[in-house]
Amino acid sequence: MSARTEADFQTRLQNWLPKLVLSPSLAMVLIFVYGFILFTVYVSFTDSRILPFVNNDGQRTLELIGFSNYEKLFSLSHWEISLWNMATFAGLYIGICTCLGLGLAIFLDQKIRAEGALRTIYLYPMALSFIVTGTAWKWFLDPGIGLENVMQSWGWTSFEFDWIKNRDYAIYTVVLAAVWQTSGFVMAMFLAGLRGIDNEILKAAQMDGASNWNLYRRIIIPQLRPAFLSAFVILSHLAIKTFDLVIALTGGGPGRATELPATFMYSYTFSRNQMGIGASSAVIMLMTIAAIMIPYLYAELREKK
Amino acid sequence: MSVAMQDTAIRTGRAVRVLIYLFLLLFALFYLLPLYVMLVNSVKPLSEITGGGMMALPEVWTIEPWLKAWSTAQIGVEPTGLKPYFWNSISMVVPAVAISTILGALNGYVLTKWRFRYDTILFGLMLFACFIPFQIVLIPMAAVLGFLGLAGTASGLVLVHVVYGIGFSTLYFRNYYAVFPTELVRAAQIDGASFFKIFWRILLPSSGPIAVVCIIWQFTNIWNDFLFGASFASGDGAPMTVALNNLVQSSTGVKEYNVHFAGAILAALPTLLVYIVAGRYFVRGLMAGSVKG
Amino acid sequence: MGFLDIDNTTKSYGAVEVLHKVDISVEEGKFLVLVGPSGCGKSTLLNMIAGLEDITSGEIRIKDVVMNGVHPSKRNIAMVFQSYALYPNMTVGQNITFGLEMHGTPKAEREKAMHDVAKLLQIEQLLDRKPGALSGGQRQRVAMGRALVRNPDVFLFDEPLSNLDAKLRVDMRTEIKKLHQNLGTTIVYVTHDQIEAMTLSTRIAVMNGGYVQQLGTPQEIYDTPANIFVATFMGSPAMNVVPATVRLANGRPVAEVALHDGSLAELPFSQDNLAAWEGRDILLGIRPETITDEDAADRKSSNIAHLTNRIVVTEPAGSDTFVSMTLGGKDVIARMRSDAEVRPGADFTFAVNMEKAVAFDPASKNRIVP
Repeated sequence: MSARTEADFQTRLQNWLPKLVLSPSLAMVLIFVYGFILFTVYVSFTDSRILPFVNNDGQRTLELIGFSNYEKLFSLSHWEISLWNMATFAGLYIGICTCLGLGLAIFLDQKIRAEGALRTIYLYPMALSFIVTGTAWKWFLDPGIGLENVMQSWGWTSFEFDWIKNRDYAIYTVVLAAVWQTSGFVMAMFLAGLRGIDNEILKAAQMDGASNWNLYRRIIIPQLRPAFLSAFVILSHLAIKTFDLVIALTGGGPGRATELPATFMYSYTFSRNQMGIGASSAVIMLMTIAAIMIPYLYAELREKK
Repeated sequence: MSVAMQDTAIRTGRAVRVLIYLFLLLFALFYLLPLYVMLVNSVKPLSEITGGGMMALPEVWTIEPWLKAWSTAQIGVEPTGLKPYFWNSISMVVPAVAISTILGALNGYVLTKWRFRYDTILFGLMLFACFIPFQIVLIPMAAVLGFLGLAGTASGLVLVHVVYGIGFSTLYFRNYYAVFPTELVRAAQIDGASFFKIFWRILLPSSGPIAVVCIIWQFTNIWNDFLFGASFASGDGAPMTVALNNLVQSSTGVKEYNVHFAGAILAALPTLLVYIVAGRYFVRGLMAGSVKG
Repeated sequence: MGFLDIDNTTKSYGAVEVLHKVDISVEEGKFLVLVGPSGCGKSTLLNMIAGLEDITSGEIRIKDVVMNGVHPSKRNIAMVFQSYALYPNMTVGQNITFGLEMHGTPKAEREKAMHDVAKLLQIEQLLDRKPGALSGGQRQRVAMGRALVRNPDVFLFDEPLSNLDAKLRVDMRTEIKKLHQNLGTTIVYVTHDQIEAMTLSTRIAVMNGGYVQQLGTPQEIYDTPANIFVATFMGSPAMNVVPATVRLANGRPVAEVALHDGSLAELPFSQDNLAAWEGRDILLGIRPETITDEDAADRKSSNIAHLTNRIVVTEPAGSDTFVSMTLGGKDVIARMRSDAEVRPGADFTFAVNMEKAVAFDPASKNRIVP
């Protein structure tokens, strides 16, 4: 059978073109994403301190030093604080966004007048830069000129609200601003889920005598599982990547009260000349996100097939 | 927006409805509050803000803060205002959006209409790239940009944004073309149209909506980026977000809150305008980027 | 050598072979129908002829030229798709001439060809419209126009009528048949509808499970099905398949079948060679229209057998009345005249045209060849 080799030039070209067209993008992704990931992993095992890969003695080197960067990383109180801050922030951020998003979506789904306008208002923060959001909230929450000052000038002289300057509470202001920015998005995800539920099921449940409360608790919310899953995955990955907001809102302070892994990585890599440690913290961040995203993407792509 | 109003079977009592409206309006105020704060305080003299009047409408209206933020505020070494940085952002965003959208469209076309072995795996690799914490690529990227002589330039940032933007643009076009009838492609093949002719004459004319979604998404993301801008272009080549942050965080002199607010609005204006004009497409992009597959 | 030869052709996806050694040859001007249930491989085979799928092994030739690896546009074929596949952004006229444009035909020539085809198909008034503004039947015509304008060697039709409603489907079927008669082009037509296959074709390939079960004229397929699959797939209502035992009566073979109450009836065969099966079980195939009442029995038949059996259900269908009964433990349908006096629960004497009956080997499911 010599048949298969007889393809004419045009056909062979047409067979190769698709792969040819895909290859620049693929090459970019392989080099700039996966190659760079491997390189960062490599750097995390070396004694490099600053670019261009210079070590403590000022020599250009990328000498392997085993796990000592990771050991140092986990002995740093700065890193430990940023991990705890992340736990507090992520827990509250994901929890509040989910509840608020679901609540807004359910209420918006009650044939509300001006639903479109309300949705537009709830969602516009998503179009803003975190730097803008951070700036607005930074000054609004500032005790000197913001809410506290306003309340006092309105006559409530004992009013105090200095969370943003308070080591114990500053992290909650980050939660507040982040929730403000993304809860509308979560609302949209849940609203799409609600609109996707078959109305006949709801009618059947009502014929069965289900109250509104039971309708939501037993029929509707269980059917929103995919939306819950998406919301969780998106929110947790946003939480881990949170960087700009902290920079603009608190700069990581007061003290280290709002340091997160992303800000930790940035300052160790670029301002403290501890690139090896910075790289190892980036690897930890990547592994955390990968643990959440890979199973999710895998399931999504499998379903599509 | 993307989700159409549907006739719900759920009925609620009058009192409950009043409570629902109250709740919804309360949160509308919550979401509008920072915008209100930014707007009113950008048009009043500094003294009114420091005097406890942040929530009040201006007693004296002034556009001075806007002018100052735009052209004379001290950001870098020179008192240039945000203007040059605004143009930095524009010259970074336009090519980055164009290139990543075109590549995404071609990738989506190949991945859906010219399927080959491992295409799903390749797409998975591209998709995962959207979600990595970019800290993981900062160090080698800084080294490579330095090596290429692109550090601190708009071209460098264009490269960065294209590389990390094609995942999403490919996702959009792939999902859109996945439901585009493959029979049309086959008919065109029989009609003798080549690979690019099929794309140009058959798919592209029907790709308007998804192109808008993709362009808006890329525009918003790239305009709003801070991490890459701060890492690779912190000096005169900095984009708007970095410049705004420098303006607000600068510790020299009196804090001119009204100028900061005006600057924040200037930085937000392009994406906000896009949102107001084409919010429907923005939300579609948002949803397609979250509920993948 | 025919006009279109499919020679020992197979198709595999990875390790899975979905088409097994297909051998079909079509003469110039013939109408070949590939028919079978979904997933039988008929569309895959059509796509291989079109060049939209590779050929794993074997050859496909058009006019004696091997087509393996030749680009679809260079095979001089045209295809009408199930969804019509009209380019939504182009007008009807642009849709029709797109292929000519791609092949570099000058504009004047394209225009002329377009108008000729539009006239032939009576769609001249639609030329400036977009496909979205057309009805299903109009889209169908445009899709055919797009194929016709190329003046191809072979026309390929992929279930072209399945998206039309019942009445339009019958009209378009006639239209396609007329077109074939007038133009005399070679057509390969894929359908799952056995009536389309019977009415349109000059040759039918019945496919199932990646195999060509039988290749022949419509009459051959209908009267002498190669196996039980072909027998029951072609014809509506389907051929009755009744377990029976071969006996000898006066030295000639008869089929012994159980009636509704378990008593036995004998139906004499016309095929004497079945005597070799004496004492063995077979499956007896009887088409519903060969079971009637005495008055409607085929006068030309030399072998009308009679059996009296109880009627279970009657289904008047206007032109005919379908009667169901139990025979050999199976439900059996008889097709009676509409004025036949049949009542459920009553016993009735049926006339069975045994000349048309066929016998199958219960083990291999193949027809026992006389």
